[in-house]
Amino acid sequence: MSLASFLKSRLVPAELDQHINRIRKPIGSLGYDPWGYNNEAMKYGLSLTKQIYEKYFRVQAHGVENIPAEGPVLIIANHSGQLPIDGLLIGYALASREKDARIPRAMIERFFPTVPWLGNLLNEVGAVLGDPVNCAKMLANNEAVIVFPEGIRGSGKLYHDRYQLKRFGNGFMHLAMKYKAPIVPVGVVGCEETIPAIANIKPLAKALGIPYAPVAMPVVLPAKVHLNFGAPMYFDDLEIPEEKVTERVEKVKAEISRLIDKGLSERKRLF
Amino acid sequence: MSEQRRPHILITGAAGALAQKVIEQLRDTCDLVAVDFREQVYLGDDIPSYCIDFNKRVFEDLFRRYEFDGVIHMGRIMSSQLTRMRRYNANVLGTQKLLDLSHKYGIKRVVVLSTFHVYGAVAYNPALIDEAAPLKSAGLSADLIDSVELENLANIYLWRYPELNITILRPCNIVGPGVRNTISTLLASERAPVLAGFSPMMQFIHIDDMADAIVLAYKKPTRGVYNVAPQDWVAYQHALKLCGCKRIQVPSIPPMVPKMILGTLKLKSFPSYLMAFFKYPVVIDGRAFANEFGFEPKRPLKEIFRFYRENKRPL
Repeated sequence: MSLASFLKSRLVPAELDQHINRIRKPIGSLGYDPWGYNNEAMKYGLSLTKQIYEKYFRVQAHGVENIPAEGPVLIIANHSGQLPIDGLLIGYALASREKDARIPRAMIERFFPTVPWLGNLLNEVGAVLGDPVNCAKMLANNEAVIVFPEGIRGSGKLYHDRYQLKRFGNGFMHLAMKYKAPIVPVGVVGCEETIPAIANIKPLAKALGIPYAPVAMPVVLPAKVHLNFGAPMYFDDLEIPEEKVTERVEKVKAEISRLIDKGLSERKRLF
Repeated sequence: MSEQRRPHILITGAAGALAQKVIEQLRDTCDLVAVDFREQVYLGDDIPSYCIDFNKRVFEDLFRRYEFDGVIHMGRIMSSQLTRMRRYNANVLGTQKLLDLSHKYGIKRVVVLSTFHVYGAVAYNPALIDEAAPLKSAGLSADLIDSVELENLANIYLWRYPELNITILRPCNIVGPGVRNTISTLLASERAPVLAGFSPMMQFIHIDDMADAIVLAYKKPTRGVYNVAPQDWVAYQHALKLCGCKRIQVPSIPPMVPKMILGTLKLKSFPSYLMAFFKYPVVIDGRAFANEFGFEPKRPLKEIFRFYRENKRPL
């Protein structure tokens, strides 16, 4: 126990410790929630992410205050860069904001729970299997949920396709409507350049049981990342045909596209 | 009516620790009859106790003699006991016999104890599984089929004979003093196996709380299927740590490896057919039961784990 507390004192700044303790979370008596989130693990996670966020990617976030202070909210963003670094950075931006910080949940690929250590680790810092039931239950729990509607179509895309939005699934819109959750669109710029991939070896991915096997340099490049959070978008919960839902999804997609363009114009250089 | 007749209740699985807790709670107000297929247990002079196979004809005599009002069916043979065939006969056919007799003799209340194992531990399980979720367990292992079949059967009778007022309870891991199931054996042991890199979220309910839940359920005749679990969660490996168990890492990938290892070792406390439950979470949502029956667990996880930590040596 003494070693654990010593390590914690060295790794987790007291300020951050208090910051996380202040954020209200529906957790049980041992610090866990039903999806495996753990308050103590989160402290280490955030301390590490702080370095990555501030020193490595030197993230510039605009409009993070657009995320409501409470109640269910869906944070919808473009996905890129092979690894879910974008989710990590968006999550940190919200968890570290001065006023009304929240610990968001990210919906992750179905492949992660089958990976030893990594699957549990991701759960402990708030990532959750991307299942519609999970998302619905979390919105009912008033959580802020990060969703990448492009899924692996977005994260696995190659460098020459950068900043082109792939097809968005409609699932998030149905959930937003059902749970009256506002949608906060986010444009992520910079993550495309972190792991530029030139090809995807599909047979290898299939053999390994992973979503894609990119041909890329085995390093994560320190590209400067810009996050632009848009104004919350509200949608009513009327019964509408699927094509109308798709129209609403396109609206969100257009807004994200606009936010990406904004980020690209703000960006002075890649690194 | 001159004098209020005390309710007559048949309790199955009487040799189990849980059944004895339930009997303890009901014996002052009800006339109980206890049966168990394994052994005859002495429960005091006021409670007739039988060692009986439900599939034998003499079982019906109990219904004739005691004029039961209700049945609490806890006599499910756990997957670690007997052979698959005998378990099927006892759990599925035996339960059918029990329900048929209950119908024939006009029983007005039946509570069936099932298990959360019926949901099955698969990687793609969402958390807070509710009662309407599909039962995936039969696809995981032939050793869990009888648990699912028992549920199916109880469900069919639930709808076909509404007057039986069947309630099926699916509790999370039942633990505490006297409990002899797999998870309780693990928590009580000095060393417990874990699959390297996997520490699924688990839920535990204290045996006394579970007995409370069963008694509450018996007293309010609301039909249906209900999960029973407290609103508290802990990762498996963390639970072992809190119980003072040393963790033995079993290689977990590729999935064939642990299956082979456990298949060879044939550990009673870590059987290969339950392997998935130590790998992937099955977190159930117990809120519907809590709301309907006004149930509130009283023993926190810390208290449960303290018991196991302080009783490492078998009593």
